[in-house]
Amino acid sequence: MIPELGHFALILAMLVAIVQSAFGLAGPALQRERWIAAVRPAVTMQFLLQSAALLALMFAFVSNDFSVQYVAQNSNSALPVVYRVAAVWGAHEGSLLLWGWILAAWTLAVALFSRGLPAGFAARTQGVLGLVSVGFVSFTLATSNPFERLLPAAPDGRDLNPLLQDPALASHPPMLYAGYVGFAVAFAFACAAMIEGRLDQTWARWTRPWTTVAWAFLSVGIALGSWWAYYELGWGGYWFWDPVENASFMPWLVGTALIHSLAVTEKRGLFKSWTLLLAILAFSLSLLGTFLVRSGVLVSVHSFAADPTRGIFILVFLVLVIGGALALYAWRAPLLRSTAGFEFSARESFLLFNNILLVVAAAAVFAGTMAPLISDALGLGTLSVGKQYFDPVFLLPTLPLIALASVGIFSRWKRGQLAPHRGAILFTLALAAAITAALMLGVWGGAKFLTPVGFALGFWLIAASFVDPVDRLRRGLRLTPAIVGMTIAHIGLGVFVVSVTAVESYTRERDLALAIGESGRVGDFDYRLDGLRSAEGPNYDALRGTVTVLQAGKPVVTLHPEKRNYWVQGSVMTEADIHMQPARDVFVALGEDLGGGRWSVRAQIRPLINYVWLAAFLMAIGGIVAASDRRYRRSGESV
Amino acid sequence: MKYLIPAGVFALLVVVLAIGIQRAPSKNVIPSALIGKPAPTWSLPVIASNQSPTPASFDSERLRGRWFVFNVWGTWCPECKVEHPMLLEMARQKKLPLIGLDWKDDDAAARRWLESLGDPYDVVVADRDGRTAIDFGVYGAPETFLIDDRGVVVYKHVGAMNPDVWQREFLARLPTAAPSDGTQGQP
Repeated sequence: MIPELGHFALILAMLVAIVQSAFGLAGPALQRERWIAAVRPAVTMQFLLQSAALLALMFAFVSNDFSVQYVAQNSNSALPVVYRVAAVWGAHEGSLLLWGWILAAWTLAVALFSRGLPAGFAARTQGVLGLVSVGFVSFTLATSNPFERLLPAAPDGRDLNPLLQDPALASHPPMLYAGYVGFAVAFAFACAAMIEGRLDQTWARWTRPWTTVAWAFLSVGIALGSWWAYYELGWGGYWFWDPVENASFMPWLVGTALIHSLAVTEKRGLFKSWTLLLAILAFSLSLLGTFLVRSGVLVSVHSFAADPTRGIFILVFLVLVIGGALALYAWRAPLLRSTAGFEFSARESFLLFNNILLVVAAAAVFAGTMAPLISDALGLGTLSVGKQYFDPVFLLPTLPLIALASVGIFSRWKRGQLAPHRGAILFTLALAAAITAALMLGVWGGAKFLTPVGFALGFWLIAASFVDPVDRLRRGLRLTPAIVGMTIAHIGLGVFVVSVTAVESYTRERDLALAIGESGRVGDFDYRLDGLRSAEGPNYDALRGTVTVLQAGKPVVTLHPEKRNYWVQGSVMTEADIHMQPARDVFVALGEDLGGGRWSVRAQIRPLINYVWLAAFLMAIGGIVAASDRRYRRSGESV
Repeated sequence: MKYLIPAGVFALLVVVLAIGIQRAPSKNVIPSALIGKPAPTWSLPVIASNQSPTPASFDSERLRGRWFVFNVWGTWCPECKVEHPMLLEMARQKKLPLIGLDWKDDDAAARRWLESLGDPYDVVVADRDGRTAIDFGVYGAPETFLIDDRGVVVYKHVGAMNPDVWQREFLARLPTAAPSDGTQGQP
């Protein structure tokens, strides 16, 4: 009964979304006050109905209702309750449901916080969001209904993929979707502005906090996924240029560009059509990413072929949403030309280069991700693109980007005026070079060609970020949340560059073959296998190793890597154990039984790797702080 | 005019995606970086083999000098159950040795599976932590590789094997003097 109610609520949600978009778009066009007034209640209703649908599916999971096919495929009565809830988004159908709910939640937030906006503009924005919702919910209902019954009911479920039974991964999809869908708000603002044919600096001020918050969610979502891959997959890295990862990274890159171009549009009224295009692109890439991943077209061509109706539906939806927005852009953007000029070394130039480099980086990732698909579609044969392509092609635009940021921070709007800051620029650069030299000569030693470049750029950005806030404090000026947020985010980026450089340059790893009591050397650490015994969890049993790690003969830590055998899915998972320290991670995973009492032990020492994710969280915090600036909550025309 | 460029680029992308969907049914090949390159080497514990006594472990080096089929499967994989009768048929034809990689699985469950459904494999080895499957770039089970006498990956099929693929993509790629002469059964 409950699943049917959920299904029914979802159908109603789609009908309400149609009403929401019809009134939202037609109301302002025909100047019908009462139609406009109906939009906000429709948004609230849609959110309630989507919530009912999501709760119904959650209830089916928590109550172990294996007569629902999706539950039977992705849960099990032995699964802990937390993961039964998280299993809602453990596969395709539930993920779409969650996506739709998050869109409804963002729309409700727009409805609640848009009271200061002109009524017609707010209605149009919610109307555009309603259209996206119609597409999404109808896709869910037509091709991926999570409430489908299974008759006769399964006696028990097939269990959630053991890889997904993890706190970081349970929270990863909601965060990621909150970011993806958040870009829908910027997209809707852009569409509404194009429909009205009016885009001023106030528009940019409205759009900025939404974009920044969505970007912060996306940053956290990506970081959680990457962190999970590190400790759960046991591969020991933070990024693999996997198509699924790339699909989330492209909207992040374009979203970052959008945040910066919105700043120019707000402060100087420039880059208007470019900002619009970025707003459309960020959400288009989110949609494309969700669908390419969810439909499996990039990861596993097979599942795509299994259900061609899904593929066609996806394509039609993409054409309507993205194609529609781009057609609107081609028609309306020429009306929105900006006129003001600026000097070459002004802040506008730096942000222009920032945008170009970020978009080039996103395009490079896009090309690498799509190349296999495109080459196959054109009949050029199949090919696969990996680290060998992505690493250099991505670094080419991003290394100059970091350097530009360190100088650009000192620039001012409109006029150059970099000369008075020459001292600070050179001082921070010298400081960064000194730290780099100290690290490479004193602590870690020489490494690759790019090691000093990475360290110097990272430390330079961190040092340069501090100059302006410190200077303001000294002059007795107030530090606004916008400035504090920007500083935190830039420091986060600097920390990211430094930690990635350290990880890429100084990781030591070896696969050891150890019998109990034996030890092997990795870097300046010794790994000693002390014992192996069996252990049991709620829905698995495990072989648990005891590995003592020693440095210069003294024990540093005792680790317990596991190999888990999940009963229901019958799959064996490697549970690495990692000793996380400020300076480095000591990583150990159990490999296989080599016979003769020997076991393969995967041992890795990774310096500073935790700062990679910490940096992403710093950037997200910076975004939230900046978005909280009071300036964005003022209504009216003042800039 | 320049404002039309994004829409134009998008239209091109749509065409590519549309062609992609059109070709989807015949498109069972996930791009494999391994095609034309030496297959990863492995030495893994044996779950079952048609030799007696069953050796404790088996090394990929021992297959050097002959063409063989390398099938990745697991008892947790529903599609593998669908595929199983086809594997038995391939084994019955005795055209190529069939090596099974039991991926992230429980040895006992695998043995039960082979006992109840029949054992088409000459050797089944256990990839308990999935390392070897990662080396082969396996996305999901089942996947089946054709590997030649020099140890080079010739072809990769994703999804359940079927008679058409077996004839057209596997047997058709064998050199005319296919090494079907008695290699079966003694890898």
